[in-house]
Amino acid sequence: MDLSRRAFLGASAALGFVPAAWAAPLAERRLVVIVLRGGMDGLHAVPPLGDPAYEAARGGLALKAEGGAPRLDSTFALHPALSPLLPLWQARELALVHAVASPYRERSHFDGQDVLESGATRPHALKDGWLNRAVAALGNAPALAVSQSLPLLLRGPAKASSWAPSPLPGLPPARLAALRALFAGDPLLSMAFEEGVQMDTLATEALAAEPGMAGGARKVANAFPALAGAAGSLMAAPAGPRLAVMELGGWDTHSGQLGRMNQPLGQLAEGINALARALGPAWKTTIVVAASEFGRTVAENGTGGSDHGTGGAMILAGGAVAGGKVFTDWPGLDKARLYQSRDLLPTLDSRAVFKAILRDHLGVTPKVLDGAVFPDSAAVRPVEGLVRA
Amino acid sequence: MSKEAALFALTRFGMGAAPGEVAAIAADPRAWVLERLEHPSVPAELSGLPDHATTLRRMEEIKKAQKANPELGKDEMRRLFVTEAAARIRAGVTSPSPVVERLVRFWSNHFTVSAQRHNVAPIIGAFEREAIRPQVLGHFHDMLRAVVRHPAMLGYLDNAQSIGPNSPAGQKQRKGLNENLAREILELHTLGVDGGYGQADVEAFAGILTGWTIDPAGGFFRYVPNRHEPGPKRLLGQVFDGGEMEAERALLILSREKSTARFVATKLARHFAADEPPPALIDALARTFLDTDGDLLAVTRLLVMRGETWSQPLAKLRSPDDLVIAALRLTGAESGEDADRRLVQSLNLLGQPVWSAPSPAGWTDRAEGWMAPEALMLRLEWLKALADRKGKGFTPAQAEQVIAAGPATRQALSGAGGPEGLFLLLASREFQRR
Repeated sequence: MDLSRRAFLGASAALGFVPAAWAAPLAERRLVVIVLRGGMDGLHAVPPLGDPAYEAARGGLALKAEGGAPRLDSTFALHPALSPLLPLWQARELALVHAVASPYRERSHFDGQDVLESGATRPHALKDGWLNRAVAALGNAPALAVSQSLPLLLRGPAKASSWAPSPLPGLPPARLAALRALFAGDPLLSMAFEEGVQMDTLATEALAAEPGMAGGARKVANAFPALAGAAGSLMAAPAGPRLAVMELGGWDTHSGQLGRMNQPLGQLAEGINALARALGPAWKTTIVVAASEFGRTVAENGTGGSDHGTGGAMILAGGAVAGGKVFTDWPGLDKARLYQSRDLLPTLDSRAVFKAILRDHLGVTPKVLDGAVFPDSAAVRPVEGLVRA
Repeated sequence: MSKEAALFALTRFGMGAAPGEVAAIAADPRAWVLERLEHPSVPAELSGLPDHATTLRRMEEIKKAQKANPELGKDEMRRLFVTEAAARIRAGVTSPSPVVERLVRFWSNHFTVSAQRHNVAPIIGAFEREAIRPQVLGHFHDMLRAVVRHPAMLGYLDNAQSIGPNSPAGQKQRKGLNENLAREILELHTLGVDGGYGQADVEAFAGILTGWTIDPAGGFFRYVPNRHEPGPKRLLGQVFDGGEMEAERALLILSREKSTARFVATKLARHFAADEPPPALIDALARTFLDTDGDLLAVTRLLVMRGETWSQPLAKLRSPDDLVIAALRLTGAESGEDADRRLVQSLNLLGQPVWSAPSPAGWTDRAEGWMAPEALMLRLEWLKALADRKGKGFTPAQAEQVIAAGPATRQALSGAGGPEGLFLLLASREFQRR
């Protein structure tokens, strides 16, 4: 077993991972943001079975109540592939947000993701992500992307780490020392290097108990639920990250949507449950929020799928969520009520959800939220009652 | 010219320097680059690979045979993909025209087809060989046309299934439009997202493209008139009304738009000069694109001639594909089936699996997308494994063949030979960049 790169800095560095500025009681609060890339069809994940216009509007994409989609209330149900989340709903640790969208109103995935992650009102207006700016506002709360690279959401001047399983042998301590000298004076490489070594030290300890995850010869577990479990274990560690970002793709369902949505929905549900299990007692003080860049067209397209739309759904889970409720100002699916006669009309701004979490769960002040984290967003009020008091 | 200029040319315009190359081109590095453009050669690694129709027909055969025996031909397509992907890596490593290899990668990424859609994975190698490679020094319009008509693109972005709702087939089957390909051509392949089109253009273009599909038995492009949406359609203010040729006309118009010239020029400048490319370089490239009706040889030649491309330092971060190929140009690539798997696995590990970009936008061409803590640690671990295998006999003097080492690297390399020395060279800040 080769623990080298993981053990380079030793225990002292790992213990110092949580900076002093990140103080109690917020130090026990955790936030996981899951970016659902590809435009998740919110009408499919959280179908409004009680909407009288639903079946006609969706055509072949409509789910049937008797098809095993569990009802949440008089209007909404869960897609059957999300039913592993039902125990969380019953425990009031699962909430849905519907007819929600970022300020972006066009239909490019890439610009839509840019707006969702940057927190700006239009594409490419900001070069850093709103979560990175929140990290700064929280006194450099330790933040992690569970992937090789940093998604825009976490890019920016504030420190952020990334981690993923590696099947390669680690680097021996002598090499690490040589590399530190080699990279000195090169900000890009030296910052990434120091963060990488530090995160690995932590991961070695936090994941030692997990099968196949200990040491340097960890098998790459690319499946989302396995990564989510690892993320939960890292975040449960006393010195572990308090904010994390994960990504899940597979939502761009232009054809054969009925079959193709099952897999990513199932992965999402399993992943959230894996996070809950791994976080253990820390689940009580955690919020997981899953959001996509936009929703999809209400009507089925010509190939059994849906095209890029606007309004969609968000999924929130965790002991700190005031769950058991669908938060929405439901516009309905009557053709006259659709956005451009085609998409679910967004009646809620996704920033209102993120602001509620940052304010009520993590204690970021309204002034910082309106100005720094989400510029020009004073008119977007945080959703009340989303976070458990 | 000089040794420094030779190193620069091999790194910026090629795929990295191999031992001995600096000396070989030092007399006139710019002439060497231009010569590669005038006389491109197809790498030997790519000979003997099947065309897309052969592979698609074989896929159909396997599908049929599996009804009787599910085990039949189970891994054949997966093996073909690995063979294709490894041949592509080797082409970058051994090609005598590394300038062309860089262009192939650039354009293949611009017109991304991703193996994330499993139905097209086995023919992406053929797509690159058939639609991209022959056109990288031809006309943009010809490449666009070859790409859009290729079964790999028609399958990847769903146009093969798209049917005009008012066409005979649409009326009969109650099926209809899929706007995926139309939208991505406008946004990602031609005009760019702010290039001046709207949702109505997307829908009109989707109608224009109906009928362009794949012959299921023959596995090649086919225009099916009874799937084509009849009636007039308005794209970018122009009216289209008529059969297969209206899609041809739309592609020609799109390839000549100012927005397209500017979008392509910006991407080229970003790839070759800097993450934030000099505006004067973009302007010059866009002008030439328009003046020459999208002559990519003329545009690329200008890229090589312009001072901005040479004055921007070698500061672009190597993507994993760039890094692996540059490292193998230095140390040599092994051959055989096991080596194929290892080559392909290397890029999986480093986060840029061959032909598997996460979306039709392709891989990023900016440092921030490739440099993060875990990404760097994986690079270093992979490079160490390579140096351990290949480093016997390495001497610090060899470093001068591949990088212009600054003081920190020079210091680290002084006296470090063998695997340790090779590792430090490959890990160095200079080797991480191009």
